[in-house]
Amino acid sequence: MTAESADTVPVLSVKGLRVEIPLWDDIVVPVNDVSFDIAPGEVLGIVGESGAGKSITGAAVIGPMDPPSRIAGGEVWLQGRRIDTLSGSELRRIRGRDIGAVFQDPLTALDPLQTVGEQLIETIRTHLPLDRHAARTRAIAMLDQVGLPAAERRLDDYPHHLSGGMRQRVVIAMALCTDPVLVIADEPTTALDVSIQAQIIDLLKTQCRQRGTAVMLITHDMGVIAETADRVGVMYAGRLVEIGSVTQMIKAPRHPYTHGLMASIPRLNQIRRRLTQIKGAMPRLTAIPDGCAFHPRCSHAVDKCRETLPVLTPLDDGGAAACWQVGRSGNRPALPQPSVVPDLAPLSRLVASEPPLVDIDNVSQYFDVSKPLIERLATRQGRRILKAVDGVSLSIRRGETVAIVGESGCGKSTLARMVVGLYRPTSGSVRFDGTDVGKMRRQHRFQMIFQDPYASLNPRWRTASLIAEPLRTHGIDVGRGVRRRVDELLEMVGLSAADGDRYPHEFSGGQRQRISIARALACEPEFIVCDEPTSALDVSVQAQILNLMKDLQDELKLTLMFISHNLAVVRHMADHIGVMYLGRLVETSPASELFARPKHPYTRMLLDAIPDIERGGRVGAAPRGEAADPANAPTGCGFHPRCAIAVAACRIERPNLVAQGDGAAVACPVSDTSAAAPADASHPVELVAVR
Amino acid sequence: MLVVGIVAFGLFRYVGDPVMSMAGIEATQQDREELRERLGLNESPLLQFGHFIKDAVRGEFGISYRAARPVSDLIAERLPATIELVIVSSILALVLGVGLGILVALHPQSPFSRIILSGSLIGNCLPTFVNGILLIYLVSVTLHWLPSFGRGEVVAVGSWTTGFLTLSGLKSLIMPALTLALFQITLVLRLVRAEMMEVLQAEFIRCARARGLSQRAVNFGHALKNTLLPVITIAGLNIGSVIAFSAITETVFQWPGLSLLFIDSVRFGDIPVMASYLILVAFVFVIINLVVDLLYFIIDPRLRLRRSVAMTGG
Repeated sequence: MTAESADTVPVLSVKGLRVEIPLWDDIVVPVNDVSFDIAPGEVLGIVGESGAGKSITGAAVIGPMDPPSRIAGGEVWLQGRRIDTLSGSELRRIRGRDIGAVFQDPLTALDPLQTVGEQLIETIRTHLPLDRHAARTRAIAMLDQVGLPAAERRLDDYPHHLSGGMRQRVVIAMALCTDPVLVIADEPTTALDVSIQAQIIDLLKTQCRQRGTAVMLITHDMGVIAETADRVGVMYAGRLVEIGSVTQMIKAPRHPYTHGLMASIPRLNQIRRRLTQIKGAMPRLTAIPDGCAFHPRCSHAVDKCRETLPVLTPLDDGGAAACWQVGRSGNRPALPQPSVVPDLAPLSRLVASEPPLVDIDNVSQYFDVSKPLIERLATRQGRRILKAVDGVSLSIRRGETVAIVGESGCGKSTLARMVVGLYRPTSGSVRFDGTDVGKMRRQHRFQMIFQDPYASLNPRWRTASLIAEPLRTHGIDVGRGVRRRVDELLEMVGLSAADGDRYPHEFSGGQRQRISIARALACEPEFIVCDEPTSALDVSVQAQILNLMKDLQDELKLTLMFISHNLAVVRHMADHIGVMYLGRLVETSPASELFARPKHPYTRMLLDAIPDIERGGRVGAAPRGEAADPANAPTGCGFHPRCAIAVAACRIERPNLVAQGDGAAVACPVSDTSAAAPADASHPVELVAVR
Repeated sequence: MLVVGIVAFGLFRYVGDPVMSMAGIEATQQDREELRERLGLNESPLLQFGHFIKDAVRGEFGISYRAARPVSDLIAERLPATIELVIVSSILALVLGVGLGILVALHPQSPFSRIILSGSLIGNCLPTFVNGILLIYLVSVTLHWLPSFGRGEVVAVGSWTTGFLTLSGLKSLIMPALTLALFQITLVLRLVRAEMMEVLQAEFIRCARARGLSQRAVNFGHALKNTLLPVITIAGLNIGSVIAFSAITETVFQWPGLSLLFIDSVRFGDIPVMASYLILVAFVFVIINLVVDLLYFIIDPRLRLRRSVAMTGG
């Protein structure tokens, strides 16, 4: 325990760090002149959008970097000892011993061919002088501490036996098993569902606090930072542009970029017709502008910003910002707010009397996930049916935005695909304007926008051809030439007509999603299904796309079905929300009602799990348990094993949606009584075990 | 297996008239009829196929038209030579291929790796017979180090004749085995290299490094095992093709193995030998595939029967 003697010395001190990646004709600098300290036991958050250099900074501290990347300048000090100049084998003694690492994707962070125990014991024995037996005991204790039930048995499990959340617990156990002084967590929760994210954040926080471990938390999610960190550093285009306490950063960010970043995050507690947006996107590393890298996107920029690079200047309150406009006191001269577009008055777009445009009637989608026949006969197992969507009914009126939310595996994407006719429902039907979708041959009246703008555009086609394709396929006569129409569409989504001759790879993620939208709009559809359209994008770009979609909806009188896991985004977009769990709708409600008075316990759990930026994190306790495997769903109400208010009947009887007075419908007979008093997640009822 | 059986039988039954080739031009019509009866050629094709399968299962493949001896005897005579050749060259291919592949993957920038890689390209491009002939020219004709053809002295161990026990047998084995293995070495090498480089990029390797494990533990404990999964499949299938390639090698080196027998039979239209060779090769392929699947099963825990682990609750 060297940590105690070194209380005054920062655990980690990075000074002027510079990382270079040589290309064949150029040198790219993803991290440039980054300096920060982490005090013992402190949690420092590093935020930034993709390409900001935050992960590379983390990697450089753990070092050595994968060639050809190299540390080209600066110093890294760990507890008063310089470590960036150490040899490979000396550094190896520090890695895993003094610095633990938690990576983003728990599904790939563990060797699939070795048991959890083998990997854990291997780490312990590499660094600590323990024999096999003692290491095993320690491994069991670690797994127990990170909340893995039946830790001793889990030791012999392979990673694929464990769910994502469980694996992340194992990774954390592995990072902490040698009692390091510093843990570097690179997007530790990004790949996880909201409810699991809350559990993991809780775990990381409590474990590190107990041990006095300092944490460098790298993430793009301000919510996670607000909940966990003591101080935050904001990175932009390879440089630290602002650093300071979390409350400071949330309440009064100094740098215009931080300001815009904070404002562009959709919040749960406010409904705005438009999100504040920062124009443009982060520059590519090969084309970082002169002067302040942010100046092309900054509405405060003056000539000095375009010419001279601002340095990170300490402010009176202990923070620091790199902006010419920020004075020593931390005050920025009063300039117009960055590109705030006035909120539009909510339109009354709904025509209540009309029949619904889309009528989803009791649709189900079952997938046969049985083993091959011979194996089934040998093991005497029956067929296994995965009920991806199980009896969902929903109607969408013209001009409305209906959102479907739920965690991964709840069947929301499957539902979306059935609605546009990509999947034929196992039972039930989807009618579009009175006609069965399955029987329609030409489907130009509705379109779909997909999640990943990198995968959904054919890389070998020019943008104009991509957008024109639906026009050609459906043989639609646009009356004024296909190219004219394409140009029109490009301008409609905020690109220029000249962009039609470029290929998808020449665009950024946000621009690609604009192209996807233009393609979806080409045939003048009435109805668009958007499957997680912004979850692959950065926050500032997400705000642009969401604003664009809202504008287009008003302009073109579109009806939207919006699939998302992000409740804040949904709140911003939707008029009506359906919450799905294990293939079933558990609650449908008008948006305002759902957030004000969530009725189903699952909805409440989801809302509780979201870190509230304003109030410095999540309010309630972390939700319990993980969603069941849809192929092996619990009997009765699918949510009962995780539900705090479950009664005996919940295990047997599957509740159906029952309409409430305020336009909502809830599939929970128990919640009626408890809806008045908010569920106390603070003292959860014992888990109802039914296995 | 069955398909190959049918093809082999089809060959046997319909390609040419065996009676013509066996009986010779001077035979009378009556002789021919007798022979036809003895060979069972007058029965219905289905019945003949039944007999064919029955005999094949018992290891009897009929009588060679050319040598007028049971095919099983001929094969038993030649089998050891081929098996020894194939085993030695497979081991060479695996050991050298995997070993060099790992080296090249771990040190992609070193001059040694570059030489190996460009060398492997040559090995990959040159046809086997060219390799063989080059080797013969270099080692036997110019340097006089090793014999250029045949098996050398062999020792009979029971019904098995082996070249492993005599010096000249071993010497004769080196070149054919190397020739046969060369293509496989390069293939395995490139495969191991590509797979290993990919695995080394994987997140769990980064994670293992971040845990401060030694290079050895990372490279051999974690990376190699994951590398070998796909390599096993390809390598297994290739041992099968080693047998196919052995036809050429055996011809070049006049190696008295099965393939040489096959080639000779093709030349003389000796259908029973060809048919039984086909079946034998198919059989070996099936066995190899089975072994590969079993190996997969041993290495990859994901394929083992899943214990029912309940994930809910926490």
